[in-house]
Order: sequence, then C-alpha cells, then structure tokens
Amino acid sequence: MRNDVVHGPGRVVVVGAGMVAHRFAEQLCARDGDWTLTVVGDEPHRPYDRVHLSDVFTGRTAEDLVLAPEVWDDPRVTLVTGDRAVRLDRSAQTVTTASGRVLAYDHLVLATGSWAWVPRAEGTDLPGVLRYRTLEDVEALRAWVTERARTLGRPLRGTVVGGGVLGLEAAAALSTLGVAPTVVEFADRLMAVQLDAGGGEALRVLVTGLGVDVRTSTAATRVVGAADGAVGALELSDGEVLDTDVVVYSTGVRPRDRLARESGLPVAERGGVVVGPTCRTADPAVWAIGEVASHDGECVGLVAPGNAMADVVVNRLFGGCRLYERSPDGTKLKGVGVDAAAFGDVLGLTPGALEVTFADPVARTYRKLVVSDDARVLLGGVLVGDIELYAQLRPLLGRPLGADPSAYLAPTGGAGPVRSDLPDDVVLCSCANVSVGAVRAAVTEHGCRSVGDVKASTRAGTVCGSCVPLLTTVVNSTLETSGFTVSTAMCEHFATSRAELYALVRAEGLRTFTEVVARHGRGRGCAVCRPVVASILSSLGIGHVLQPDQASLQDTNDHLLANLQKDGTYSVVPRMPGGEVTPEKLLVLAQVAQEFGLFTRVTGAQRIGMFGARQDQLPAIWRRLVDAGFESGQAYGKSLRAVKTCVGQAWCRFGVQDSSSMAVRLELRYRGLRAPHKFKVGVSGCARECAEARGKDVGVIATEKGWNVYVGGNGGFTPRHAELLAEDLDDDRLVQVVDRFLALYIRSADRLQRTAPWVAAFPGGVAELRRVVVEDSRGLGAELDAEVERHVAGYVDEWRATLEDPGKLRAFIPYVNAPDRSDPDLSYVPERGQARPARPGERGHPDLLSARAAGATTLQEDAP
Amino acid sequence: MSHPTPATATPTPDVPTALGAVRVCALDDLLPERGAGAIVGEQRVALFRLATDEVLAVQQRDPYSGANVLSRGLVGDRAGEPTVTSPMYKQVWDLRTGACLDPVGKDPVDLRVHAVAVVDGQVLLVP
Repeated sequence: MRNDVVHGPGRVVVVGAGMVAHRFAEQLCARDGDWTLTVVGDEPHRPYDRVHLSDVFTGRTAEDLVLAPEVWDDPRVTLVTGDRAVRLDRSAQTVTTASGRVLAYDHLVLATGSWAWVPRAEGTDLPGVLRYRTLEDVEALRAWVTERARTLGRPLRGTVVGGGVLGLEAAAALSTLGVAPTVVEFADRLMAVQLDAGGGEALRVLVTGLGVDVRTSTAATRVVGAADGAVGALELSDGEVLDTDVVVYSTGVRPRDRLARESGLPVAERGGVVVGPTCRTADPAVWAIGEVASHDGECVGLVAPGNAMADVVVNRLFGGCRLYERSPDGTKLKGVGVDAAAFGDVLGLTPGALEVTFADPVARTYRKLVVSDDARVLLGGVLVGDIELYAQLRPLLGRPLGADPSAYLAPTGGAGPVRSDLPDDVVLCSCANVSVGAVRAAVTEHGCRSVGDVKASTRAGTVCGSCVPLLTTVVNSTLETSGFTVSTAMCEHFATSRAELYALVRAEGLRTFTEVVARHGRGRGCAVCRPVVASILSSLGIGHVLQPDQASLQDTNDHLLANLQKDGTYSVVPRMPGGEVTPEKLLVLAQVAQEFGLFTRVTGAQRIGMFGARQDQLPAIWRRLVDAGFESGQAYGKSLRAVKTCVGQAWCRFGVQDSSSMAVRLELRYRGLRAPHKFKVGVSGCARECAEARGKDVGVIATEKGWNVYVGGNGGFTPRHAELLAEDLDDDRLVQVVDRFLALYIRSADRLQRTAPWVAAFPGGVAELRRVVVEDSRGLGAELDAEVERHVAGYVDEWRATLEDPGKLRAFIPYVNAPDRSDPDLSYVPERGQARPARPGERGHPDLLSARAAGATTLQEDAP
Repeated sequence: MSHPTPATATPTPDVPTALGAVRVCALDDLLPERGAGAIVGEQRVALFRLATDEVLAVQQRDPYSGANVLSRGLVGDRAGEPTVTSPMYKQVWDLRTGACLDPVGKDPVDLRVHAVAVVDGQVLLVP
C-alpha cells in the first residue's frame, strides 16, 4: 500500500466474459485503489480457455478449461454469467442486461469478442448444421453425432466448411468422434491466411494422410436435407455433392459489436468498435479490447493481442500512458495430429526479403524462413510437419538469427546456438507476457526448481501452452548453469523412462533386476522402479513372478497373487472367462467361502470376489480352487483384468455375433499379460452395447459383418469413450488387431499410463495408430504378433505354479518364527449375513467365522 | 539408536547378549531384499534381509493404515540408504533410523527400529 490516497477508476463494468475479460480482471485485481468490477457474459460458464476447446474431445472437461478462477473470489469483483448485455445507455452510463439488471459504470470495457459467421446459403438452418466456437458448440456437436449415429445405425460422414485452424481442429474433433471428415475450403490451400503455397500443400498431404478428405478452391453452396429433414448432403460450387450427416461451419468470425453500434459508437467498415492505440473508443468512458476492438481497421482473432489490450486499459485506468502496439502474429495448429506453425512475414513481402526453404517429401516436412536481404535478421517462417523450431524461432522475430538460416532447416535441424543465447528481453510467453529474463529470474532469484514451479510463479506457459518447449529449455539450462541437476528420470535409480527401459531390456536380453540396474541404473531400486522392471520382465515372458530373482521386485499384490485390502488381508478372485461359471464350480466357490468365512460378492468385472483371506490362508484357499479347475484371475496385477461381455447370439434375441465365445477367446489369450497398467476388455454382441465395451481399454462391438474394435476407453477418474480403430473385422483379424494394439501399448507407454492417455498422446493420433496397427504402415506387425504369440505359448497359471513349488510358498508365511500364529489385530463385525472389518471404535470378533456366527445368532434372536 | 552389527562370519556374542538379544530365525529363513514378519515377545516386527545379507528390523504396524503389513513392503534404497515402502499407502522410511522419508502428503510418523545382528547364520534381535 502506498501512503498517499490512490484514486481508482471507480465502477468498472466489463461486457463479455471470455479470455480477454479474464485477463483484464486479473490485471485489475493486482491494483489497489478505489474500484469495483462487474464482468457480465452470456455464456453459462466462467471464462474458459477457448484456445484448447478441442481438448474436450481428448479427455479434458469443461471444468478443466476454466481459467484461474481465484480472481472471481476477490470481494471487489462480481462475475455474472448466463446473462447478456442488451442495451448501452452512454448518457446515463448504464448497461442493461436481458434479465433486467442495470449496471452503472464509471468505465465500461467492451470485450464481447466475436461470433462464428455462417454464410447465407440454403439449408444452413437444418438440424445437423453446427458451428465450432464455444463449449456449447462443442457439446452440441458431440450430442448430434452421438444421436445421429444411433438413429442411422452406421458410421457417420461429416463436412467442415472452412480450412483454417479452427476448421482443421473441428475436422480432428469429428475424427475423434468416429466421423469421417471432409474439409471444404474456398481458397486454394488450407490455412490460407497463415501459410504460403508450399506450406499449404505440405499440410494437405499430411492431413489427407490422417484420413481427412480435403477439397480446396471450391465453396459450399447448399445444404441438402435427408428424408427425415436433417442434414443429408452438401452441394459444392463445382457441382459435386458430398453425402454428409453433419456440417460444421468454420468460415471465420465477426466482431460482436451490436451493443456499441446501437449506442451510436463508431464502428469500422469491416465491423468492430473503433479504438486508437489507447484502446479507448470515441466515448472517453468506454473502452474496447480483444476481438471486438478494431485497431487500424483490423480485428485480431488471437488471444495474445487481446491480452495486451487488456493490460493497456488497466494501465490507462490508473493514469498510465501505455499504448497498444500490434505485435507480429504467430499461429500454431494444435491437437489435430498434424503440426503447422507460421509467424511474421510468411509470404516474404518485405522489400529485399529472402526465402530459404527446405521441403522433405519423405519425412513430410516443409520449412521456410524469411530473412532480411543480408540473411541475418529473421522476418518470418512457415513450419509444417515438424514445428519444433517454432518455439525457438518465434521469439527471434525481427532479431539476428545468429546462424546461417539453412543451418536451422537442414534435416537434422534444431540448431542449438539460439537456445542459450536468447536475450533477457525476448518475450517467451506472449499470452502472459513473460520475458526470458523473468523466467531466468524465477529460477535464480525466486527459488523455482522446475518448469511447474516457474509456471506457477510467472504464469508463463499456462495459457496456450505453445511456449512450453522453449520454457522447458530455458528453465533447464538456467537450472544447469546455476548448478542444479535437471532430471527426467523415473526415479533416483533409473534416468530412463519406462518405454526406454523396456526397449533396452528387450534389445539386450537382460533377465534380472541386478543385470538391469547394473547396466542402466544404480542402487538397489525402490517401490517405483522395482515393479516397473518386474512388469517389463513379465511382459517379455521371462519367468514366474515369484521366481527367486523376481520375487523381491513385486508389489505385495503380485507377491501374494491377491489384492491387499485395508486391514492387511486379501481378496481372492478366480478367473471366470465370459462371466460364465458352471453350477459345479459355483458350488466349490460357495464351499470355500463358507469354510473360510470370506465375504463374497459379485465384482464389477463379472466375477466372484471373496474378501478377507489372510496371507497364510491364501495357499489353502487356492489349492481348493485350482483342484476345482479355477485359475488366477490376475485381479491383483497390472495386466488383463477381465473381458466383460453380454450373453450374445447364443441366447439373446438381438445378438448378431457370438460375443461370449469371442470374450472367452480374448480372455484366455491375454490372461496374465502384464502391461504398464491394468487393462480391461469388453465385447458386445450388438450395437446395444450391453457390455459397455466403449468404456474399456479395448472395446469390441459386433456388427452384421463382423466386429468393430475401439481403443483407449476408460471408466475411473476421467471417463473416456474408446475410439474406433477398425471396422467389420472377422474373428482372426480382430484378434490380430487387438494383439498389435496391446503389444504396441506395452512397448511404448509410460509407467502406470493407461491406454486412454496413451492413445490420446499417441503421435499422429488415432489415425496414425490405425495406420500402424491396422495397416501395418511401419512394418512392425509380424514383430508385435510374435510378442503376443510368445506370451500365449508361455502362459502358465501363476497360482498352480506357486502351489507346486515349496520355495514360492515361503512368501505366505506371516511370522517367520511362529508360522502358526496369525495377526491378532484383525477384527470383524457381522453385516448383512456376512462379516466385514471392524471400524475404529467398533468391538469386533477376531476372525470372519466368529463374526459371521455372531451375526447368525443375532438374526435368530431377532426373528419373530 | 546405534547401527546394527553387520553380518559377519566371526561370532560376536558379547554385543547381542549384552543387549538382551533373542534369536528370531536363521538368515536362510529370510528371502534377500524382501521382508518377513516375526513375533518377539508380544511385539510384531518386520525383518528385512538386504542384498548384502545385513538384516534390519522395524515395527510391523503401518502407522498410517494401522494394519500389520510393513514386512510386505518393497525394499529399496535412497541415496544408498536402505528403505521400505508401505504396501498400503506408499509412505517410505529409512530402515536404519526409522525416519519417515516420504509421508505422501501426511504428517511424517517415524518407525520404531530394532537392533539386529547376524551371528553364525542366526538372526538375533533386541526387542
């Protein structure tokens, strides 16, 4: 606090609650003085990250996208969502909203952004014609596709009108939803605003390779209805008619300037509220920032300039003299499986500019740098296919390159010298306006020790994320020069990731932890790396999990081949392929549960689980089960859990394939296969999907012609539907595709990474995964097949093998000097005819049987 | 707590007997780099045989879950010092000192440690 009285701007009202309004609020909250702020927006959400809208299709929720919400907790700030400002009375200095709120202001900031423009054409009002701009649009797209696929009962086709960044993201979203997309672009190339002809062509090749059909130099003239009145086809100006079940328009945006227009404020010829470099409109009490503001006759549809405008207005409200200056644009295409980026003078229009281009048709990359006539100063660039250089080069715009331009573009690329030589005043994160110097200071002066620390401290890299690679480089090099070690290691014993270690163990034929740690690690391991090595050895088919050199690597679940429960006892879950069990075997389960008093229930995976088995009881229980023909269900392992299924064609009136038999075949094939994490499979006998297969890591759904296979589904903390990998496969081909998918996952996933995030992060997306797994584009097929075949051939039931080996049974002795005594602290109480562990304060019985007996007595006494 | 006497072929009976040590089991009863439960008097302890054949002991009770499971935790090291990780909620302790090295977001709770010696292939423990 300063001593003198700080006068502030008084009542500030912001109309619009988008990213730029959020930035404005953040900046204002950092100021003392006399002010209150009301932000009013018509979307029902708190301001969210529109740049990452597409992430909603890869597992992020709307809540995840909300921008730092703490600012709305400030008592000086009021956020009104779901209410639209409908009238601006400049003489009374009030804004009226649709719900009748009247907000008086001393300063009004227009931040209404823009709306997605759809050209006037016949049929654009049909159901199934959508846009791609807001969370609502995204939800509407998802809902339409789901509903329409159900109605039509077949995979959908979709069309995106507009081949810009957002259009390509929309096409990728359609792909993710299982819709085959076509992109229609009026210009002669994709991303026509940002890319040059060469870059546009390279992008077309890459995007087409991802399964997106591309039509350029043609316009959508008419949407044609299907028989039921929804979208059926799209007519193009060249006469072609595309069959399509959904049309997404991404044909540009228009500033939402109606409020200003109706209040008599000057509006630019191409729309947008006219502002000067102070961002003030013709009315001194009214400001405009972001996409609704027209500066020099232009509205800019990017976050960074909008944020810069917000900063200027806050500065001015407190008497500052900052001016908005248009900085050169950079654009990056994200999340569509293809990378493209461009910045600065893309077309080389600066007098004397030189272009240095490198196109590699094999690696499918295109790189171009535009430099000054002496080849020293960087003026712009285009990168398609591989944009690693973007983060390095973008900050050097208008500065000396420091090296020959061709050195950056050569196939090996990634010339190092710029990294450490970046001047402190270069802006590293343009969204949050953080300089390289500020990042370095965060490490050297403010104690940050990781990229995460620096993000939290400076907010760099927290908005669009495109600077994170450069941020990482700068943080790590600063840490190194300051004498701190930078680690990407799995733990202190291994500097490698799980996938790297898997490859090394496989290539070098290592067979024990001692060998692995001697070659690639140090020390004696820990609870992080030991189970990883155990899992790798098991995936590679090297021996039993309890053989002497592996037993000490196993987490207690794998060590005792059972699942640890809260009181130190274990659950027993035998395999029950297809959820089927004969009455004879069911009777054995009943007898075992009765004899040991085990709490018995049906699990979520269509099996029977028996709880409360002590360490020392496990071998006796399993002896009975193995003798009756049961085998381990691996419910304890990071391995196949169960293949859930419906009864299928054998009994069901609607089944179109024999799902039960397929589920049994898959479960017996992958039983005991250890992976980076547990994985689950589902098989449904028809599109009704009773097995909920799309919530599984691998989902198989019967069609009239065969099987569709979906991958990367997940229940759990972040539910995610599996994505379509291949269609209409026959039985053997289905097995082959699943084999290859699992083998590839086991090879390359991170430690404890389930298939959902692995698929989401797979370079090139599901389309590339499809090429590798289904089309065998990398020629890995035979190798992957062989890995699964080896597993199938080498499978032995872990419990049977354990019972046959006295050495392995030593693990089950609870007290080495008192083998007959069991844990005296166990305590149980009766519940619903069975027994469960006593809670703190409850007086219980020392074992399950006595607790059950006590329960039975009570029941008898209670009986009438 | 002093460091336990390392394993050795030379008998050093004075040290353990002077401390009131009792025989628990043979070294061969323990699996390398794995824990085992034991009952000494009325105390339950978790014994750990390291790769060097040194044996260390801590309380069996996991202070975070209240379950008697620490002998079933994974053995490892931090900067060369032997550790055990609880199988229940993954807290990590130094096996020599009992100090809690990673409380996994809770307040650190140390373990009781017991002095152990291996004499003539027999594991002796001070209760």
